[in-house]
Amino acid sequence: MTDIYELLRGAKDADGNYQKQPVIVQGITGKYGSAHAKLMLEYGTNIVAGVTPGKAGQKFEDKIPVYDSVKDAVDATGAKISIVFVPAKFFLDAAKDALNSGIKLLVAIPEHVPIRDTMEVIELAKQKDAIMIGPNTPGVIVPGLIKVGIMPASPFSSGRVAVLSKSGTLLYEISNNLTSAGFGQNITIGIGGDPVNGTRMIDAFDMIKDDPELDGMVVVGEIGGEAEEVLAQHIIDIGFKKPVVGYIAGRQAPKEKRMGHAGAIVMGTYGSAESKISMFAKANIPVAKRPGEVAVLLAGKMNS
Amino acid sequence: MRLLEYQAKELFKEFGIKTPPSVSSKDIEKGRKDAKELGYPFVIKVQVPVGGRGKAGGIQKCSSDDEFELKYPQLLNMSIKGEKTRAILLEKMADIEKELYLSLFLNRSKRCYTIIASSEGGVEIESVKNQTIREVGLGDVDSQIAKEVANEIGLKDSQEEQFVEMLQKLSKLTIEKEAELAEINPLAILKDGTLIALDGKVMTDDNSNFRHDELQKYQEKSDLEEQAEKSGFSLVELDGNIAVIGNGAGLVMSTFDLVTDNGGKPATFLDVGGGATTESVYEALTLISKMSRVKGILVNLYGGIVKTTTVAEAFIQAYNNNLIDLPVFARLMGTESDKAKEMLKDTKTKMFDSIEEAINGVVMEANK
Repeated sequence: MTDIYELLRGAKDADGNYQKQPVIVQGITGKYGSAHAKLMLEYGTNIVAGVTPGKAGQKFEDKIPVYDSVKDAVDATGAKISIVFVPAKFFLDAAKDALNSGIKLLVAIPEHVPIRDTMEVIELAKQKDAIMIGPNTPGVIVPGLIKVGIMPASPFSSGRVAVLSKSGTLLYEISNNLTSAGFGQNITIGIGGDPVNGTRMIDAFDMIKDDPELDGMVVVGEIGGEAEEVLAQHIIDIGFKKPVVGYIAGRQAPKEKRMGHAGAIVMGTYGSAESKISMFAKANIPVAKRPGEVAVLLAGKMNS
Repeated sequence: MRLLEYQAKELFKEFGIKTPPSVSSKDIEKGRKDAKELGYPFVIKVQVPVGGRGKAGGIQKCSSDDEFELKYPQLLNMSIKGEKTRAILLEKMADIEKELYLSLFLNRSKRCYTIIASSEGGVEIESVKNQTIREVGLGDVDSQIAKEVANEIGLKDSQEEQFVEMLQKLSKLTIEKEAELAEINPLAILKDGTLIALDGKVMTDDNSNFRHDELQKYQEKSDLEEQAEKSGFSLVELDGNIAVIGNGAGLVMSTFDLVTDNGGKPATFLDVGGGATTESVYEALTLISKMSRVKGILVNLYGGIVKTTTVAEAFIQAYNNNLIDLPVFARLMGTESDKAKEMLKDTKTKMFDSIEEAINGVVMEANK
């Protein structure tokens, strides 16, 4: 399996520091893409190229070259990470361009990508042994090192706890609480709010679980689908011993209504919060009643 | 988009899946014409976007004009699980020998389509026993797989052939219309041996709407929900009296949970979204100002990319224009929240440091 840590952090240098890995921004000249490219640069992300078809030759912020295609950008820079900011209807083409050009970590920001397009990209990613995070994700951050996403910087601090979240703002809220409580983050991954995710909860879990610099995990789920149940069963099956704490949004949501996210919908009992919470209980994962309680539960788990 | 039964059946017909003769209407004048055209006896079925209507009395037999005049208005005015009747379907009764179950649905965790079939249909999927389950990638069902499924649920000869044909047509519909679910339940075997779709449920992927103009006529949204979509935020209307506003679906759901936990009744789930602007939040407040049942507004924001000052500015404008006169209970965190709090300090907005305190305030206000 492609190693997400290796892609994001590289290998440690002689001084024991991780290396900033190069990143391409697809849609860098758009309103949204350019704003976030600037914020990522401010954070210290090593953006080496942008891609906007028809805009080759331009320079972003007077220094970052823009190319017509991901292939040209990869040929020039050797980057393996790309973050995509294109309108949903153009996502399929942008993602194909990236994966066919050697991108191994594709962070898919757009919301409203049709499921069929997502499934097609997932199939291609499998063939290319690449990882897609998203769509409809805030992205991924290794605090203090690299931010490939649209998350604000302030909630995060570097440390040894991972956060996996379907929701963006809850990821910020809960990471902020963790940071305040002294739990910095080793990595946080936005799974995304769509029904079908390039990296499912269970995939993200498997990518990071054995990292020696990881002491515990927080799983922020929400109604819809069964990603949380599948993850809980997996945690039971492999006898995972590091502390895991959960939160599930949407306990009181009406059935058969989409609650903001395309994936946040309960059909009958499929996708219900009760189902997720009871599976977490079986896997010995305490579930916070409110976001503010997550750090408290984690502290309890870590000290037991 | 969740299609109503009559809409799902229109698609079934388009794809050659047999359904009983039926006609749909939204008022009694058209209903009377339909009744004449169809001829008694028939069943009157309310069209609502939720399950469980049979148990709730939403399906009634009808065999005379008198019965029709009595039952049609009753059914037209009923609500099931808070959902008002959207239309009425009149349908010929079928002579049923046996009821089966068949669906194609998107298995989210496996990320592939799945066939579920059973020889024991007519109940909700959770109660369907002896399920035959097959994974079929992007939804394409070849005749070999269809035959195997038919045989596994005990169909032979002509019924096997009819089932194979029906399943393949359902597969075609699923792919072409980008459905997340296409369900025939019950799939009836009639006394004469014909297989027919007695009820249908189709859910399509809203994100693919832009390439399905032909489905737009099925879009059933409240005026408020439609306006919300135009302004770029998502809104679910409920029958409570507290307007819940926030940014990000997860955060708003979480706030919604806490309001309900504390005895409050939400009137809205309103996510201003990642691209919120002063204008779009003002638009949201305009929508809420039109909902007379709302007694208080609860705002929970985690400013990131969306600055809390952007939202505060919308509130200031709303106060200045006398758009809202409701008490507002707000908790603002993140980007520029100190500045936002300063901006709102002399207004009717009460600021709280924790969401729990803000919720206590709004629930007390709403329950006054």
